[in-house]
Amino acid sequence: MYLSSSRSADLASGTRAPRAQAPPPTARGARRVAPVVLTLGVVSLVTDVSAEMVTAVLPVYLVLGLGLSPMAFGMLDGLNNGATAVSRLLGGHVADRFRRHRTVAAFGYGISAGCKLLLPAAGGVSAIGGVLAADRAGKGLRTAPRDALISMAAPAAEQGRAFGVHRAMDTAGALLGPPVALAVLWVTADAYDAVFVMSFCFAAFGLLVLLLFVRDPTPEVVVAGAGPPTVRASVRLRDAAAVLRVPGFARVCLAALLLGATTVGDAMLYLLLQRHTALSPHLFPLLPLGTALVFLLLAVPAGTAGDRYGRGRVFLAGHVALLCGYLVLLAPLPDRAMIVAIPGLLGLFYAGTDGVLMALAAPAAPPGLRGGALALVQTGQAGGRALGAAGFGAAWTLYGPHTAGVLAAGGLALALLAAAALLAGGTLTPGTTRPAGPRGASG
Amino acid sequence: MTRATRLTVLTVVTALLVGLAVVYTLRAAGDADAGRGGDHTTLSLDRPGRILFRSTAADGGRDHLAAVDAARPGERAVAGRRCLVFHAAHGTGVCLQPARLALGTYDAVLLDANLREKGRHPLAGTPSRARVSPSGRLVAWTSFVNGESYAGLNFATRTAILDTRTGRLDDNLESYALHRGDESIHSPDVNVWGVTFAADDNTFFATVATGGHTWLARGEVATRTLRTVRENAECPSLSPDGTRVAYKKRVPGADADRPWHLFVLVLATGTESALAETRTLDDQAEWLDTDRVVYSLPGDLRADIWTTRADGTGHPTLLIPHALSPAVLRGPSGT
Repeated sequence: MYLSSSRSADLASGTRAPRAQAPPPTARGARRVAPVVLTLGVVSLVTDVSAEMVTAVLPVYLVLGLGLSPMAFGMLDGLNNGATAVSRLLGGHVADRFRRHRTVAAFGYGISAGCKLLLPAAGGVSAIGGVLAADRAGKGLRTAPRDALISMAAPAAEQGRAFGVHRAMDTAGALLGPPVALAVLWVTADAYDAVFVMSFCFAAFGLLVLLLFVRDPTPEVVVAGAGPPTVRASVRLRDAAAVLRVPGFARVCLAALLLGATTVGDAMLYLLLQRHTALSPHLFPLLPLGTALVFLLLAVPAGTAGDRYGRGRVFLAGHVALLCGYLVLLAPLPDRAMIVAIPGLLGLFYAGTDGVLMALAAPAAPPGLRGGALALVQTGQAGGRALGAAGFGAAWTLYGPHTAGVLAAGGLALALLAAAALLAGGTLTPGTTRPAGPRGASG
Repeated sequence: MTRATRLTVLTVVTALLVGLAVVYTLRAAGDADAGRGGDHTTLSLDRPGRILFRSTAADGGRDHLAAVDAARPGERAVAGRRCLVFHAAHGTGVCLQPARLALGTYDAVLLDANLREKGRHPLAGTPSRARVSPSGRLVAWTSFVNGESYAGLNFATRTAILDTRTGRLDDNLESYALHRGDESIHSPDVNVWGVTFAADDNTFFATVATGGHTWLARGEVATRTLRTVRENAECPSLSPDGTRVAYKKRVPGADADRPWHLFVLVLATGTESALAETRTLDDQAEWLDTDRVVYSLPGDLRADIWTTRADGTGHPTLLIPHALSPAVLRGPSGT
C-alpha cells in the first residue's frame, strides 16, 4: 500500500514544479520519509485493521448475537465523546511533560488492545459500553503523542508529506479490517469471539512494533526540532496552555474550530444522498468505502501539495471540496452523478484536511509542547464538529432537510472566508524562505 | 536492545500471536462444523396450532427454522431454511437472512406456505424485527442501520411495510406523516420500529422514537400516517382479537442493560397492567392465544421462549428452550 502511495507522491511532486521550488533538500534524503513515520504508519495500519474488524461486526454481534435492541445500543455511544476529549488532552500533555510520547502512545494502544479481549466477556449493554469507552479513551490517549512523534521526525518543510504517508497507511488498515472480520465470520459460521481474538492479535502486533522500533524523543530532538524554541525543559500545565498565545498556532486552532462547526458529518451526507437517489441499500456500505479509497489515494499528494503550495491553502481547499459536496446534494443532478460525487468529494475533503491540519499546526508549536498543542487542535476541531452536527440536527428539525442543507452550505462558505482571513497571517504560505506557490493550489 | 534482539523478539511474539489467531479461528470453525448437519424436514405454514421459531440449539439446526406443537411443545422438527429473524401468518412467511457476505448485507425473503422463496427485498442494515399481518397480506420488517445519525448517537432503525397483493413497498416508515396530538413532527432523529398489524390489513401499531422518548403509535398504511398513542412503550404486539396491545416498557430501577418489563394495554379503556414476568427482557412479544403471550429471554448467544398470562396473573413458564423469534400459526378464525 505504502509503495504505491509514495510513488504517486513522487509523481505529483516531481513532475509538476520546476526544481527550484522543490523543498530545501537535505541531499537525496528529501524524497524519503523518515523511518519513524513509516513505523508509526505500520502501527496505525494494523491497529486500524484491528479496530475496524470490531466496528464491522459489533452491531451484528449486539443485535443478533446478544439480542440487544437497537435503542439500547444507541445509548452506548452518547457519553463517550466528552471522555475522548479529556483523554486526548491528557495524553498530549503528559507526553510533553515527561517527554515520553512513545510511552504514552503505547499505553493508549495497549488499552485498546486489551479491550478487544474483554469484548466477548462483556454480556450486557453497560459492560460493553464500558469496554468501548475504555477503547475510545485509549485512542484519545495515543493520538496526540503519535502525531507529535511524526511531526518531530519530519523536517519542517515536509510535515505535510509525512502526515500524508501516515494517514494513507492508517486508511489502508481501515479498509482491510472489515473484509478480514467477515472472512473470519464466514470460516467460523459467526463465531464473533474469534473475530475479537484475531482483532486483539492485530492490535498486540501493532503495540509490539511500536515498543520495539519507536523510541521516546531525545532532548536534542525536542530542543532542536523544527519550530519555535521550547519555553522550558520541563513542561507545566501553564506552559501547555500558553501555546495558545503563539499567534500562528491560535489562528490555526480557531480556523479548525470554525470550519469544524460547519462540517456536517459524512453519515448525514450519506443519509441525504440516500433520500435523493434510488441507491440500493445493498450498495450503501460502498459509500464510506469509496470515501476511504479516495482518501487513501490522495492523502500523500495532498500533503505534498501542502508542503509546496501552503498547508493552509490545501486545508481550505479540502473544505471547499466539502462545500461542493453540500452543493451537489442541493442541486438537481442525476442519481449517478451524485452517487459518484459525494464519496469522491468527501475523500478529497479528508485528504485535504485530516493530516494536513496536523502538518499545519505542528510547526507553529514549540516541539516541547507539541503533543499538548496537537491535542488542543484536534479537540477544537472535534468540539466544533459536535456543535455543527447538533446544529444541523436542530436546523433539520425546525426547517426541514433542504433548508438545513442551504444553511450548512452558507455557514461553511462564511467559515471558509473567516478561516482564510485567519490563516492569511503567515501560515497560508509554506514558509518565509520560499516564494509562495501559484494561487488557488487545488480545488 | 540491539537490532538483532529486537528482530528476534518481534519474530517470536508475532509467531505466538499468529498461532493464537489461527488456532482460535480453526477451533471455532470446528465447533461450527459440529453444529451443522442433522436431518431436516419440510415444514408448512398451513398447520394451525404450531409454533415456528429460529432454533438456537448448538447440536444441529442452529439458526434453522424449527416447529413444535403449541399445545405439547416437545420434540422439534427442523427445516433446512435458516433465518435470523422470522415471522409468519396465514401462509406467508418473512425471513431476514444474510444476502451478500462480502458486504455484510441482509435480505428480507418472502416465503410461501412451504417455506419456498417467492421474493426478496434488500435490508438497509442488520435484521431486527419482522411481522406478517394476520391475513398474510402485509409484511413489515425493521433493520438496524449503523452510522446514520448525528451528534454521536450512532444508531438508527429502518422499517418497511410491503403489501404482497399490490406490490406496494413503503421502504421507510419515517416518511409517513407523524402526529403527536395536534402537532406534526418533523425531525431527522425520528426512528420507527417493531410493527404489529391489525386484522384489517391497514391499521398497525409501532414504536416511534424521537428526542430520546419512545411512543406507542397507531399507523395506517392507506393514508401513510402515524399518530402517537402513549409514551414509553416499545415493540408492540396486538392481540389476535385486536383489543389489547402487549409491549415492553422502561421501568425505573430495572437492570440498566434491559430496562424493560412486559405490559398489556386494553385499548378500549386505556388501562395498563404489568405481566407476571419480573425478569427484564428485550423482545417483541407474540400472542400464543387470546390469554397468553410468548417472548424470548436472552442468554449467552442463545435464548429461550417463555410464556405468561396476558392479564398479569400466574407465573411465567418455559415453553421452548433454545429458541428465538416465535410465530404462532393460527387458523382462519384467528385462534
